[in-house]
Amino acid sequence: MLKVNDLSIGYGLSQVVHDINLELGKGEILGVMGRNGMGKTTLFKALIGLLPSWSGDIQMGGVELTGERPYRRVASGLAYVPQGRQVFATLTVEENIRTGLEATGQKKIPDDIYSLFPVLQEMRKRRAGNLSGGQQQQLAIARALAAEPDVLLLDEPTEGIQPSIIKDMAKTLREIRQVRNISILFSEQVLSFAMDVSDRVLVMDRGKLVDEMQGEELSEATMAKYLSV
Amino acid sequence: MGGYTTSEIATIMAMQGIAGLSLFGVFLLMALGLAIIFGQMGVINMAHGEFLTLGSYATYVVATMFESYAPGLFSYYFPVAIVLSFLVAFGVGYLLEYGLVRHLYKRPLDTLLATWAVGLIMQQIFRSIFGGRGVSADAPDWLQGSIQLSQMLFLSRSDLFVMCIAIAMTVIVAILLYRARWGMRVRSTTQNRAMANAVGINTAKVDRNTFALGCGLAGIAGSAFTTISATTPTAGAQYLVDTFLVVVLGGAASLLGTVASAFSIAQAQSILEFFITGSMAKVLTLMVVIGIIMLRPQGLFTLKVRQ
Repeated sequence: MLKVNDLSIGYGLSQVVHDINLELGKGEILGVMGRNGMGKTTLFKALIGLLPSWSGDIQMGGVELTGERPYRRVASGLAYVPQGRQVFATLTVEENIRTGLEATGQKKIPDDIYSLFPVLQEMRKRRAGNLSGGQQQQLAIARALAAEPDVLLLDEPTEGIQPSIIKDMAKTLREIRQVRNISILFSEQVLSFAMDVSDRVLVMDRGKLVDEMQGEELSEATMAKYLSV
Repeated sequence: MGGYTTSEIATIMAMQGIAGLSLFGVFLLMALGLAIIFGQMGVINMAHGEFLTLGSYATYVVATMFESYAPGLFSYYFPVAIVLSFLVAFGVGYLLEYGLVRHLYKRPLDTLLATWAVGLIMQQIFRSIFGGRGVSADAPDWLQGSIQLSQMLFLSRSDLFVMCIAIAMTVIVAILLYRARWGMRVRSTTQNRAMANAVGINTAKVDRNTFALGCGLAGIAGSAFTTISATTPTAGAQYLVDTFLVVVLGGAASLLGTVASAFSIAQAQSILEFFITGSMAKVLTLMVVIGIIMLRPQGLFTLKVRQ
């Protein structure tokens, strides 16, 4: 679905991400693991188009996305849940979800969104800024799913979320894959979450992909040198 | 108070209150466009007054054309003038956003200087085309004269007309901002431009149309303005500071705040004017407004949400 070739990204004169190559299969859940400051967020921002890439290219289903603006990438089937959620605080929950419909031009919120996140239906008239961190994360995912994506990008979805909710979130991600048959690429530092959801994991260290392992190979022992576990 | 009896004070308050209502109409019409451009988008558009002037001149041109080419239809020129004023101001605003403002979204001080320069250029263009002296179109018959409310109280038809347009425009803007899909795009874009783009909104298009709509509203304000005063190249600029104060006092992102603030400032100014001079009334009103803004920088009406 998503194919990234030799992608390099930087800020000013300093290169942060070096020659990334990755391929995400249909229906696959792929994790990018690494400590803080290793370039995960920079990579995700470049994938959705919020940061320009220095070189390399990004393709979705064979269509070239490099150089396209973010909203055009969303229309091509990519959807993005940023680190820190970034819901529109003064808009209601329902309005936040509706912003995701802009990419498809649909008027109706897809039925499965409220069944995946029932709490959002109860709170649909509330302002997003008044939701808890966990509810805001659900809203950010719902907003991305409203665009009917083929690939969902999640940048550190567990950041600032309490452990019991992290378990629920892993379950929801697997459910989303099952209901929508979409591919998911996420970045993460929480090993237990990655172990719960990933089919495969890439390890990022100092801006480079340095290791790859299957979901079942993930353990504290195999990841100890890459994460502070 | 100054040797007036209680009933005299009551009559004076009512008279000045009615005069304040027409000032409220002008403030509100001017502030509506700025509530969108400055309140929602955060762009300090120092040329906003010139868009009012542009609307006034467009109305003057329409009136002159009707007088020359269709005198029989002169009574009906105003609706045409309002639509044309909106379209002209919208078009110029669209070009200004595309050519200049969009390059300066992250540089507010540069925006201030650049739009101020645009305002001066527009003033000079008006002066070159229409001359430095004021021009005014004859009001159609139905806008002339007054309505007698009581023995002492009169409300001029033109003031009533300005107020009605102001209220109608406020309702339309409120519906657009809070009920229509366009408003959702505007509110999400102005809150977090990068994220709005990343959820699928063409933010550049939203910015351009929003800025142009704000300018178009100033054009309508200009059209209404011709019924109460002559149009000079600097007519709109005179209201610029008042308009910014109205928007800031109300709370930058609050339409209800803009209405409440326009009403309070207009009434305070109008009532004080009777007891002290006009300029002192303005000084006093502005001092109170500045005092309130110092104590409440976010304005009177704000939304409290967890960020």
